[in-house]
Amino acid sequence: MGYLLFQVTLFAYVLSTAGYMVYFWTQRNEIRTTARGILIGSGLLHTVYIIVRYIEAGHTPLTNHHEAVSFFAWSMTWGYLSFHWRYNVRNFGTFVSPLITCLMIVATFSSREIIPLPPALKSAWLPVHASIAIMANGFLALAFCGGIMYLLQERELKKKRFGLFYSRLPSLDSLDNLNNHCLAVGFPLLTLGIITGSIWAKQAWGAYWQWDPKETWSLITWLLYAGLLHQRFTVGWRGRRAAIMTIIGFSAAMFTLWGVTYLLEGLHSYVG
Amino acid sequence: MSAEKIIILGVNHKTAPVEIRERLAFPNDPGTPYREIAVIPGCEEFCFLSTCNRVEVIFVSATPEETERKIRAFLFNKSMSYEDAGKYVYLHQGEEAIQHLFRVGASLDSMIVGEPQILGQLKQAYRDATEQNCTGMILNRLLHKAFSVAKRIRTETEIGSSAVSISYAAVELAKKIFGNLKNKRAMLVGAGEMAELAAQHLMNQGIAEVVVANRTFERAVNLARCFNGKAVSLDELIPQLELVDILISSTGSPEIILKSSDVKPIMRQRRNKPLFLIDIAVPRDLDPKLNDLDNVYLYGIDDLNSVVDINKAERDKEAVRAERIVTEETLKFMLWLGSMEVTPTIVAIREKADSIRKAELEKTLSGMTHLSDKEKQAIEKMSAAMMNKILHHPIVYLKKEDSQKDKKVKLALIRKFFNLDPENSG
Repeated sequence: MGYLLFQVTLFAYVLSTAGYMVYFWTQRNEIRTTARGILIGSGLLHTVYIIVRYIEAGHTPLTNHHEAVSFFAWSMTWGYLSFHWRYNVRNFGTFVSPLITCLMIVATFSSREIIPLPPALKSAWLPVHASIAIMANGFLALAFCGGIMYLLQERELKKKRFGLFYSRLPSLDSLDNLNNHCLAVGFPLLTLGIITGSIWAKQAWGAYWQWDPKETWSLITWLLYAGLLHQRFTVGWRGRRAAIMTIIGFSAAMFTLWGVTYLLEGLHSYVG
Repeated sequence: MSAEKIIILGVNHKTAPVEIRERLAFPNDPGTPYREIAVIPGCEEFCFLSTCNRVEVIFVSATPEETERKIRAFLFNKSMSYEDAGKYVYLHQGEEAIQHLFRVGASLDSMIVGEPQILGQLKQAYRDATEQNCTGMILNRLLHKAFSVAKRIRTETEIGSSAVSISYAAVELAKKIFGNLKNKRAMLVGAGEMAELAAQHLMNQGIAEVVVANRTFERAVNLARCFNGKAVSLDELIPQLELVDILISSTGSPEIILKSSDVKPIMRQRRNKPLFLIDIAVPRDLDPKLNDLDNVYLYGIDDLNSVVDINKAERDKEAVRAERIVTEETLKFMLWLGSMEVTPTIVAIREKADSIRKAELEKTLSGMTHLSDKEKQAIEKMSAAMMNKILHHPIVYLKKEDSQKDKKVKLALIRKFFNLDPENSG
């Protein structure tokens, strides 16, 4: 049941991505409306899948790689849709939906086996810490997409060669604002994720901070974004520099999520 | 009438630097030229055109050399000798003058070829001249012709689209950078047809304020008034950059007026808010290295052209077509001028009357088949005699020796009387 639901969800995401791609080429509004409709549908299916998974596992389904990545995709979807409702950023969906689909594909290829929860993870902090940390990633990923769009648009404006993106992408100002808004949500979530993790660590392992690689890398990520926001508020860092920093920060976040797990050993290594 | 009586004396952006052009524009009292030139002996008709990029006097005189000398003396207000002034002015006579005026009206002689403002300025100049009773038959027809040539070129070629779309492109780019232009401020540095056009487009987009900086403060004030903006002196350029978002520069300065190193510290003060710089001056005003600064977008005139994707070859082709129209219309006007003599007018009157006579005769006789050839000939003879008698006195009146001025009035009257130059004819 759960597996079938997941596959239907993945298919819906692929369909929505295809829709956004076609919209990008044709710029026909009815295609965008359809693609967005499918994306909302995918988001709803995805939500149902997570609930089903919760019931099947008997605990918050955020303990293995499959669950974590799938929840990441889910956060991005709803984060995107929530922004969509407030700000209209043209063709943002074309950049966001492929990333969501990629995450879903990664989730497909990781083990969906439900492992019994190790005693260390049995805590009320599990759903709180894990969901906040992954949702932070969702919004940082949206900022990353915005940053890429900014760089593409900026490049055409600076080089004065007007190709695919000039007419399709929104103004630099609205892309910069988008970046700002995504960070305004993503950064506090990231901070909360680290704080809750630290409290949980105290409970589980008896120390707030142990410099395990995951902790270290999440701190590095946090410092990168904190630096960017600090510069933005003090000297008005914006535009290209902010976009590049967003991309670097997101790379660090992704290293925290995957690189640490697969390349470095640590306490978190059994978690997604 | 001889075309050699039509003369244009002027300076433009190609022949004279802005300091010289300014001196001839009489910004303090625009009425001066009308009063002063009108009393110059020999000057039968004239029109005074003054824009940011040109000052021209179009006049008709039977003694062109003398009149020209006096007009030049008036324009330069004795500030330089006739010969010195000659370095800056151009002088066109006859066919050349007609062609020049048509090219000016059609914006082929503009700094930005095809920009539409010049036609409005020429129309205004003509309106002023007629109000002051400075124009007569020749200039009335010449200027009307210049307007219709401009209109013809605008409809038949794409020459206008490039200038309009350049300033449109500037607005589009501004929107791509700033999103909404509502609370943005633009600054014009130096005045020019194109800069004003772009400023006008920005105004239409609801830009918050237009600031005008100019080397002569007076002109900045005048221009600022057009946009309900404020004027600043050119020394304030760099401090003003802290406040404006869009800068359109079109000064006549031979050197770069804004260096990359001037703007770099300003960007910090602006908290890196984007700055959109448009340089439409030739030679350029703004350091090309400015484009390398973060959040600074520098566009030259060619860059704007690449936005509207009109390639140069295509524009040149349109210009060639426009020039062909000018040549064609000039020839037509020369023909008309030639007819403005007594003999051609008499011929024209006769031809017109005769064609009416023949047409009516044919209409009448075709319904009277019972008439013999002899009777038909008699009727024809009678109609010819009637025509000759009716035309006799007007022709005698035309042939009577008169002063040049009276002759012109007479010709104009007669030609109007017989409708020899219908307004809509080529």
